[in-house]
Amino acid sequence: MPSLSDYLVLSAILFAIGTAGVLIRRNIITILLSVEIMLNAVNLSFVAFGRALGTADGQIIVFFVMTVAAAEAAVGLAIVIGLFRHRESLNPSTFTSLKW
Amino acid sequence: MGSEAIAFYLFGAVAVIASLLVISQRNPIYSVLLLIASFGALSGLYVLLEAPFVAVTQIIVYAGAIMVLFLFVVMLLNAPHEETERDERLHAFKKPGPVRFGAVLAAALATELAWALTRAGGETGAFPGAAVSSVRAIGKALFTEYAFPFEVTSILILVAMVGAVVLAKRDARG
Repeated sequence: MPSLSDYLVLSAILFAIGTAGVLIRRNIITILLSVEIMLNAVNLSFVAFGRALGTADGQIIVFFVMTVAAAEAAVGLAIVIGLFRHRESLNPSTFTSLKW
Repeated sequence: MGSEAIAFYLFGAVAVIASLLVISQRNPIYSVLLLIASFGALSGLYVLLEAPFVAVTQIIVYAGAIMVLFLFVVMLLNAPHEETERDERLHAFKKPGPVRFGAVLAAALATELAWALTRAGGETGAFPGAAVSSVRAIGKALFTEYAFPFEVTSILILVAMVGAVVLAKRDARG
């Protein structure tokens, strides 16, 4: 019978994988996917905590997180399309217009 | 080891391995498909946690809607392969500036995680018996206690939709 700490360790591992993806990948789409991994890791710990506390609040927060993730994906991918039109590249190092 | 523990380790292993493969693929199409597999495993974990509403939403909204959006964009842009020199991932510490900074941050995070895992021995025991898992309870709470955040969510979706259309639209002047 897995306990709360098992779920939290799994959530931490997934979050670390997502963070590593954001930090080391050089492709905007993969970076957005890594952000989704991080959001899902947090969702897992929300549900596990809600289960441990015996309330439905954890699942409701997950509902809101999913909504925000959908909005983030839509706007982020629109920005990716716009950037690709300007530079013909998905490498974040090529977008340096705002660099001082 | 009970069947629940076996299912937990199975789903957890699938989720972790699929996520690792997501960030190690060069082709974004494979990344997206592997992430769908990872979300399927997470959905199984939600079932184990007696949260069927979240499990179904995970499949429908994440795997069904958001990942299809990603797939659309990957195919629309038609730039599948990451254009980096071959040795970038192996020698991230030798690269200048931000890449080295990111590698240092990732290494620090891994160290912290390993440290936390060695101290996570405190056994919290099994979950208490009764779980609030009915969709009825969740719906009731959403429309009474959480009515205001729920309505704000609809505005958020509307703004995101308009923003996505405006951002992705071709410039009318050009």
